[in-house]
Amino acid sequence: MLELNGISQSFGGLKALSDVTLSVPEQRIVGLIGPNGAGKTTLINIISGLSHPTSGSITFAGEHLHRTAPHHITRLGIARTYQNIRLFGDMTALQNLIIAQHARGHASLLDAVVFAPRYRREERDLYQHAEMLLERFGLSGVAQIAAGNLPYGDQRRLEIARALATRPKLLLLDEPTAGMNPAETRALGEQILRLREDGIAILVIEHDMSLIHQVCDEVYVLNFGQIISHGTPNEIKADPAVIEAYLGSDDDASA
Amino acid sequence: MDAVLTPLLDILRPIGITEPVLQFMLVNAILGVSIYLTLHAGMFSLASAGFMAIGAYVGALLTQQSDWPLWAALLGGMAAAGVIAVPIGLPTLRLRDIYLAIATIGFGEVVRVLILNFDDIAASVLTTLQGERVRFRLIEGARGIKGIPTLTETWHLILFLIVLGYLLTRLHRSRFGRAMAAIRQDETVAANMGINVVYVKNMVFILSAVLAGAAGVFSAHLTRIITPAAFGFDKAVDILAFAVLGGTSTWIGPIVGAMVLTAMPEVLRFLKEFRGVFNGLVLLVVIVYLPGGLVNPAGWSRLWQRLGRAQTASPSPSTGVD
Amino acid sequence: MDTLIQQGINAISLGAIYSLFALGYAMVFSILGVLNLAHSAIFMLGAFFGLIAIDQWSLPLWLAFPIAMLGAGLVSVGLELVAFRPLRRRNAARISQLISSIGAAILIVNITQLIFRQIYNSTEAYLPRDLIPSDPIVIESLGLRVQPVRMLIVVIALVLMVLLQYLVNRVRIGQHMRAVAFNQRIAALFGINVSRIFIFTFFLAGVLGGAAGMFYGVVFLNVTPFIGEDVALIGLTAIVLGGMGSIPGAVLGGFLVAGLQIFSIVIGGSSFRNAVVFLLLFIILLIRPQGLLGQPESTRA
Repeated sequence: MLELNGISQSFGGLKALSDVTLSVPEQRIVGLIGPNGAGKTTLINIISGLSHPTSGSITFAGEHLHRTAPHHITRLGIARTYQNIRLFGDMTALQNLIIAQHARGHASLLDAVVFAPRYRREERDLYQHAEMLLERFGLSGVAQIAAGNLPYGDQRRLEIARALATRPKLLLLDEPTAGMNPAETRALGEQILRLREDGIAILVIEHDMSLIHQVCDEVYVLNFGQIISHGTPNEIKADPAVIEAYLGSDDDASA
Repeated sequence: MDAVLTPLLDILRPIGITEPVLQFMLVNAILGVSIYLTLHAGMFSLASAGFMAIGAYVGALLTQQSDWPLWAALLGGMAAAGVIAVPIGLPTLRLRDIYLAIATIGFGEVVRVLILNFDDIAASVLTTLQGERVRFRLIEGARGIKGIPTLTETWHLILFLIVLGYLLTRLHRSRFGRAMAAIRQDETVAANMGINVVYVKNMVFILSAVLAGAAGVFSAHLTRIITPAAFGFDKAVDILAFAVLGGTSTWIGPIVGAMVLTAMPEVLRFLKEFRGVFNGLVLLVVIVYLPGGLVNPAGWSRLWQRLGRAQTASPSPSTGVD
Repeated sequence: MDTLIQQGINAISLGAIYSLFALGYAMVFSILGVLNLAHSAIFMLGAFFGLIAIDQWSLPLWLAFPIAMLGAGLVSVGLELVAFRPLRRRNAARISQLISSIGAAILIVNITQLIFRQIYNSTEAYLPRDLIPSDPIVIESLGLRVQPVRMLIVVIALVLMVLLQYLVNRVRIGQHMRAVAFNQRIAALFGINVSRIFIFTFFLAGVLGGAAGMFYGVVFLNVTPFIGEDVALIGLTAIVLGGMGSIPGAVLGGFLVAGLQIFSIVIGGSSFRNAVVFLLLFIILLIRPQGLLGQPESTRA
């Protein structure tokens, strides 16, 4: 589904990623772990089109993504969440989910002005889909509350719901359980597993190893911008290179 | 229309609002909406005065020189502003906040100086082309165009604003309007939601220019005379003040802001001499103490709370301009 | 050839004024990341205070000059307290601070206009023609005629710029200014009184802007409440050209803009001089928004 081939990225001489090759097959959950500053978020930014790699190639569902604009990538079926939650804070939870369906709609401004049947049908569908997602993530009760005022756990889940609202084939999750307690983390793991059953491939950055064990089919380990290991969660756990990378730095990844 | 207008004016006249004052309030309301559109999409553009000038000059030439009717000149002026907005917007809208503000101020000044020298430039171009000295007088530089027919009537403006108001309510319930709001809050995330940010920003810039152009055509056919000095940096700041005073959380805000600010010196006569002082104070006081503007219930309640208890510095959620 | 050199000298003295003025913009921008559009009003006040001191109080030029600078510096501090600090406390957007500075500019210009009307019954006034000996200094060998005023301005402006450079690089408070410009929070952690640095920066900016305004008045003799508007956008162009927060950039930008103006007057006549400047402003923003000496704009979230 997603293939990264020899991706390198440097910022003003500093090499953030070098020669990263990674693939996310269909209907699989792939984990990406590594110490802070290893380049995980940089990689997600590249896949979602926010920055372009210095060299290397990306293919998604058979299409080459070369300097493709972010909105186009979303339309192809890649959605993401953010390490620091970036909801539209002034808008309600429901509005966040409506906006995320932007690319699914076709009604023009003129359609909206004359209440064209196309516009009315589309609006109805948008709201239905948004309400379905709210219910699925247990957010129906807070639909009309400004996203910025929601409790932290709700914001995390709303962000995932918002990414799903774009109807992706591949979902990129950047530390989805950051700040959650073990029970919440466990519940979110269940949700992620259900997404795979719905046919969505997932690439998840995570520090919480329990979640990695719970959901991931395979894991890549990134250190200093390079992939140092790849395998099942259990294989990774036993890899001396990985242990070295984590012991060599003060990191909270062992949590 | 007169049946409504006459009694309305009878009510307004005693407080100092005569028909010409009302007309300017309405023209300025259009300008308020023009800047509101860009602000609502998170773009701090001060280009409205420049596009207003383009609309005014194109419109005035069309009615005066070519005898077009007002409605046709209106379309002409709006189209001219919109067309010029394309090559201006494409490169400039990549810039953000202060840089965009400066670039659009620069645009406004270029428009003003070009109008000022238009006849000279045209004359020297024609002279070079034809090989003999050519005199060229069309828009008369600093002296301005005089004797423009006064074709704008109050009901034109009211009708225009009613249609505009309807379009704006629909805008906010459309995909396009939601995309604008998303871009204002977080441009990057908006792009990740599948919104073509460049397209939306440029479209909004064009729409804003078209409205400013319309205001220009209307005002040219109210004042009889237009000069480039009327569309300079001062005008750009006036328009900004409409949005700041009214607030940009809804489209009603800038309209209210424009009408209040225009009517104020007429209603409070003693203010007339201090008009400039007053305008400055309004900008300063509103931005400092009532950041959401007049039309912003949340801002008022915050202000009351603050006045109620001891002043505590609490960061307030941002809306619109703030 | 002669006129070219002559124009070059004019450009240098005009450039000195623009540079002094642009320095104030640049200093505030480097520290606050905010454009203080009221700085043009401070410029005007410099000329206005000078006019009052000379014309109303009959003070000599050497005394009027520091009074103008001090007055402008104090009003500039007032700006910080009234238009900027409350917004900073609220964490308002940079754009809000830009708007409040526009409000402050309008306020100052209009109040000055009211005072002007009271004193002069008009909105313009003239400095006495014999303020500075106006006989040009003639350099026969080069065929040059240089007005003493212009020489004086260039000398004083250069002295002020060197003093500023010394202050920023060698004196403790200047080092604190640079620390605050680099990062306010870290500076505060190191025990620097950030509020005091802001006030000091605004004072310095005001002093330099006031000096520029006073010079402008002395060169053109004509003072109105609106002279700030003439230079507002020119100063803006200068700092955009030089790089928004860069102090050497502001000086370079000031001289470049003056050179360009004089050059375009020679080529195309005076009506084009501002068109060329604004066109330059526009183009620089599009192709190199960080300016000639500036760092690329950091992507602030």
